[in-house]
Amino acid sequence: MLRRSLIALAALAAALVAASPGDTAPSAAAFPVTIHAANGAVVIKARPARIVSLSPTGTEDLFAVGAGLQVIAVDNDSDYPKDAPHSTLSGYTPNVEAIAGYNPDLVVVSNDIDGVVEELQKLGVTVLLEPAADTVAQAYDEIRQLGSATGHAPQAATVVHGMEVSLTKILRSVPKSNRHLSVYAELDPTYYSATSSTFIGRILKLFGFRNIADAADTTHSGYPQLSAEYIVTSNPDIVVLADTVCCGQSAKTVAARPGWGGISAVKHGRVIGVNDSVASRWGPRIVDFARAIAAAARKK
Amino acid sequence: MAVDSIRSAEAVRARGVSRPWRLVAGAFLAGSLLVGLGVGPVGIGAGGIVESALSHVPLLHVHSPLSSLEEAVLWQIRAPRVVLAALVGGMLAIAGSTYQGVFRNSLADPYLLGVAAGAGLGATLAITYGHVGRTGALLPLAAFVGGLAAVAAAYVLGRSAGAARAAGSFVLAGLTVTLFLTAIQTFVQQQHTNTLRDVYSWLLGGFSTATWGQVAVAAPYVAVSSTAIVLHRRMLDVLSVGDEEAASLGVNVARLRLLLVVAATAGTAAAVAMSGLIAFVGIIVPHTIRLLVSTSYRAVVPLSLVVGAGFLVLADVLARTVVSPAELPIGVVTAFFGAPFFAVVLRTSRSAR
Repeated sequence: MLRRSLIALAALAAALVAASPGDTAPSAAAFPVTIHAANGAVVIKARPARIVSLSPTGTEDLFAVGAGLQVIAVDNDSDYPKDAPHSTLSGYTPNVEAIAGYNPDLVVVSNDIDGVVEELQKLGVTVLLEPAADTVAQAYDEIRQLGSATGHAPQAATVVHGMEVSLTKILRSVPKSNRHLSVYAELDPTYYSATSSTFIGRILKLFGFRNIADAADTTHSGYPQLSAEYIVTSNPDIVVLADTVCCGQSAKTVAARPGWGGISAVKHGRVIGVNDSVASRWGPRIVDFARAIAAAARKK
Repeated sequence: MAVDSIRSAEAVRARGVSRPWRLVAGAFLAGSLLVGLGVGPVGIGAGGIVESALSHVPLLHVHSPLSSLEEAVLWQIRAPRVVLAALVGGMLAIAGSTYQGVFRNSLADPYLLGVAAGAGLGATLAITYGHVGRTGALLPLAAFVGGLAAVAAAYVLGRSAGAARAAGSFVLAGLTVTLFLTAIQTFVQQQHTNTLRDVYSWLLGGFSTATWGQVAVAAPYVAVSSTAIVLHRRMLDVLSVGDEEAASLGVNVARLRLLLVVAATAGTAAAVAMSGLIAFVGIIVPHTIRLLVSTSYRAVVPLSLVVGAGFLVLADVLARTVVSPAELPIGVVTAFFGAPFFAVVLRTSRSAR
């Protein structure tokens, strides 16, 4: 009996050791690898050691899969994780010369602004375009792609699996009786909102909530500006504030808005302030976002 | 030149507002306000609105037929929005007519001396460095101060260029200040892309978050400014014949110009601070009145105030109904519906002459 346990323990230990070397000594066999990113099939010949990320989500993904030590610079909007190597590089007004100055062997961008992808490729720099995800599946894909591209495919798989498990658990934590609630997701205090066709909207949709912005999106932009009248009379059961950092909004300020005091979300304490950048990115922290929503949605 | 002075002389002789036009303008404003109050994404019947209004009058004992939600929508969301749009529209139009008179430039609008660029820079700095957010209480103050500072700079610059070419040099000074401040604003914006959407949404302007608090802040400025301008409407007619001619009639041109500019600017800055930048109203309304009613400032100034108010209320109604329950930026509405209307007025009044 004891022997059997010991053997099992030893096997477990061996498995752990076998699983971890990705961090320290990735197998050279993983390269070259072909990544099917938004800018086509990109061949990465060797494990990148000088990564520049111009995408805040890309930065979060890279650090989550354990490629943080390979990252040498991140753009000025990448504020998470805190210990990322911040720089003055901009993802919105990318300067090819400044980026090339870092002598990167891999650049991750979320927007191909001013043809930056082609410009960098002309200089012989490998670029991965990982645009804003529309679906959770796409967000998972990007994490896996960045894992494979940096020699951390197993960790990326673990990260994605962890996210899937957590999300399922979080969704289940909301009782069925509260799945039909209506939701208003606010992006700024002038009532720009996100519909169910947007990434943040799709996460809300996973819970089964009815998004009041859906009916208003006549132009299918995904982000209609609603009128205060419409929001108040729609009487949303949940209000998600993605403008807490930029614009100082909170459950308190919402309750103080003229005419808003009587809406269901205010009365039931279901006004949720989330960090703007957590709500606007499609990285591993979508789990935190979902958790915050669930906590409020469980309230009677 | 000859034609200009004949026209100006004609303007001096022209009468003020005739009685029928007064009624038309008054009816237009009253009608706009009623439409503004009656139309919205939430259908509230006219009868309900009247009864609800009466229920707020003490001693009448009328019971409002509306639910508390409808009451809140009507009086706390829709009504302040309509009133603020009227105040801002009236102010921009009367300020536009004043600037056109003071600078004898038919293309002058209230933003001519840089009030828009100054307010825009003030708002951008407040959002970017003050982290006040799109509806913060400090934002209007920053915009107001920025607007006044810009016009003051343009005024000083314009004066230093010499009194002989006064009107023209003020326009150039305003342009210089505008371009300079816009450059700074663009730079700040470009350096802080995370606040881009807030700044942009402020620049577009609108009344989607109007409150009675904003009305209370803007109203005194609009009242004082427009009263001062209306009282000096005859002086604008005198000014329209030329600086030297006006001086020979015993008018202190420099002082009069300063007074009118200060009045128009303070009101405009307050309006811009509350609503962001709304183009077009300050130009189109005074010109429509010139074409339809009279070129005399005795008519243009008071009618601009009334018609401008009604025009912007109607524009805001369109802004919140065209893609209801979503919203359009009001600047899009004023130009998109105002420009064709003005084109028609321009054509018909030409052919009538």
